[in-house]
Amino acid sequence: MADAKVLPFGDDPRPRRGTGGAGGRRQHAKDAAGKRPSGRQGGPLAPVPEPGAPPDGREAAREPVGAEGAPPGQDSAEDSGQDSGRDGGNGWERRIASGLAFLRRRVTGDYPVDEFGYDEELTDQVLMSLIRPLYENYFRVEVKGIENIPSDGGALVVANHSGTLPLDGLMMQVAVHDNHPADRHLRLLAADLVFMLPVINELARKAGHTLACAEDAERLLRRGEVVGVMPEGFKGLGKPFGERYKLQRFGRGGFVSTALRAGVPIVPCSIVGAEEIYPMVGNARTLARLLGVPYFPLTPTFPWLGPLGMVPLPTKWTIQFGEPIATDGYPPEAAEDPMLMFNLTDQVREQIQHTLYKLLVQRRSVFF
Amino acid sequence: MGKVVLVTGAARQLGGRFVRRVQREPGVDRVIAVDVVPPEHPLDDAEFVRADIRRPAIGRVLAEYGVGTVVHLDVSGTPLGSGGRAAVKETNVIGTMQLLGACQKSPTVERLVVKSTTSVYGAAPRDPAVFTENTPPKSLPSGGFAKDAVEVEGYVRGFARRRPDVAVCVLRFANILGPSADTPLADYFSLPVLPTVLGYDPRLQFVHEDDVVDVLMIASDGPRRGTLNSGTFNIAGDGVLLLSQCARRLGRPTVPVVLPAVTWVGSALRAVGVTDFAPEQVRLLTHGRVVSTDQMRETLGFTPSYTTAEAFADFARGRGAGLVPPGTAARTVDGLSRLVTLASKERIRHG
Repeated sequence: MADAKVLPFGDDPRPRRGTGGAGGRRQHAKDAAGKRPSGRQGGPLAPVPEPGAPPDGREAAREPVGAEGAPPGQDSAEDSGQDSGRDGGNGWERRIASGLAFLRRRVTGDYPVDEFGYDEELTDQVLMSLIRPLYENYFRVEVKGIENIPSDGGALVVANHSGTLPLDGLMMQVAVHDNHPADRHLRLLAADLVFMLPVINELARKAGHTLACAEDAERLLRRGEVVGVMPEGFKGLGKPFGERYKLQRFGRGGFVSTALRAGVPIVPCSIVGAEEIYPMVGNARTLARLLGVPYFPLTPTFPWLGPLGMVPLPTKWTIQFGEPIATDGYPPEAAEDPMLMFNLTDQVREQIQHTLYKLLVQRRSVFF
Repeated sequence: MGKVVLVTGAARQLGGRFVRRVQREPGVDRVIAVDVVPPEHPLDDAEFVRADIRRPAIGRVLAEYGVGTVVHLDVSGTPLGSGGRAAVKETNVIGTMQLLGACQKSPTVERLVVKSTTSVYGAAPRDPAVFTENTPPKSLPSGGFAKDAVEVEGYVRGFARRRPDVAVCVLRFANILGPSADTPLADYFSLPVLPTVLGYDPRLQFVHEDDVVDVLMIASDGPRRGTLNSGTFNIAGDGVLLLSQCARRLGRPTVPVVLPAVTWVGSALRAVGVTDFAPEQVRLLTHGRVVSTDQMRETLGFTPSYTTAEAFADFARGRGAGLVPPGTAARTVDGLSRLVTLASKERIRHG
């Protein structure tokens, strides 16, 4: 099975920057292409997996796409693809061929990027494959209610935020990417700190994230994208372990007025498991201020064990997407009504909090 | 009707092209080209008037020829011939002040077009991904051409308030590229090895010089049916290119430099006289800048004929191949894939 061969690519967090890293990049491309054949170029849609189908079934269903996975216009790649098809579908060669086609587009700079800097091809074939092992094997994320994200048109996914490092956002992105039958991509809104850090900002933009501001959110929603936002921000991310699963204030509710102005539904999302990955028992405020970060976490292992302390605990995660809350019934001026905004914000917050409690009751153990 | 058009900055490539183009327009009677030095390129039938827009003499030129349309293109980041940054700034700011003062006095002027730049938005990590004409900049440009442009736009707004009868159009151009463009970014892309900021891959937008001339034509004429050509407009080609993509398409290797060292590299390059690596340029190459062109399309009624990628391709053609031309890189990969196919066939024949 193709699945078993895909390994996490060591400790190289930047797969494609190194100027001399052609070999390493080819490796990624090969593996990535095998994992997710370039179905985007192949046809309108990859075969649709049943929601909640086992991963094996999904890979098997995608397998046929790989046969014509080489994008048009790449003669040599197509040749080899057809050849190997004649030779009885040798998956290995096919994978190399589509990997090389991918590499060819990368080295010549011939790939599209949207106005937010989202590099769909890189995200699908490399970045997703890099975090998927974490998603599938480490946190073993279970996804519920993916059908609550509409198959077309914009939607605003509002989730709780926790875990000291924003891994929950990335997991939510993989969850939508791998499970949604219409192949939707979640566009996350990130804090400005993300865009100040070198390397991180570059990867975030390429993965489709953008700054959490009303302008960007509205622009994305009007284009019909699924936008993910975590209104708790750093208050939720950096809350002490003792306050786990207690939702913080939802900002000023700006996300509700943005959704209202764009007329898109709000999908509440509850993430269980992220709270325990780095149990934050203390906060070195002075150090945080010195480093210019919102908090400096002290966990039972970090910073005492050094880099080893940065390994998250292997908790079992559940991501549940809740019933969408429609916003298209309100008149346009409703976005200016503060009472309505507060009520809707509370409604979303309550729904997420209740689902969190429900999921926590159902959970057998933190790790299984 | 016989319109008289005055064009400043006629000694530059862009000014020269616009002068040659606008005189062919049916409604245009006379074209007055103004600059401090005589242009090296032909201006055809246009009358060249050697005048310094920093001096009040420009007012006499306006009155003498009965100028109706003023196209102010002498807002530029690079010095013309000799002269340093101080001279550029003086031409940009003082020149605009004098020109606007002269326009204010002139009873014949009814239309003013000003060339500006999208760098008035600055570039910062806290900025939204896409700037519209109304986005306030998070961090105002601290110096250089961008600051000049901010000041020029300020004076133009003041002029528009004082002379509401004059139609004022400010065009904020993205980075202008093309075979003959002489912008700082074009100089940067001509370096054999491109220094980049480590860990940042900025989004860039370009506009082709042909489109610049076309949109100036639209702005300097009366508004066409269903459009409005006074106000402020972003002008850029469709789509976005990342700096890494640009480098690969040019075939020039990049050298990532950590951010604090970039300024040293910049000043070293400036000392050698290779390119003007101003702080605003570094900021653009760090955070990138993308503008919305909805107003340009819907209100101004202009659709650029080149996308960002096409404008860049046209520029790249004019620059010659880099150290690693994309064709060579592609052929290498093709060779590799042929090798793989061959190897697999071989194996099947034997096994």
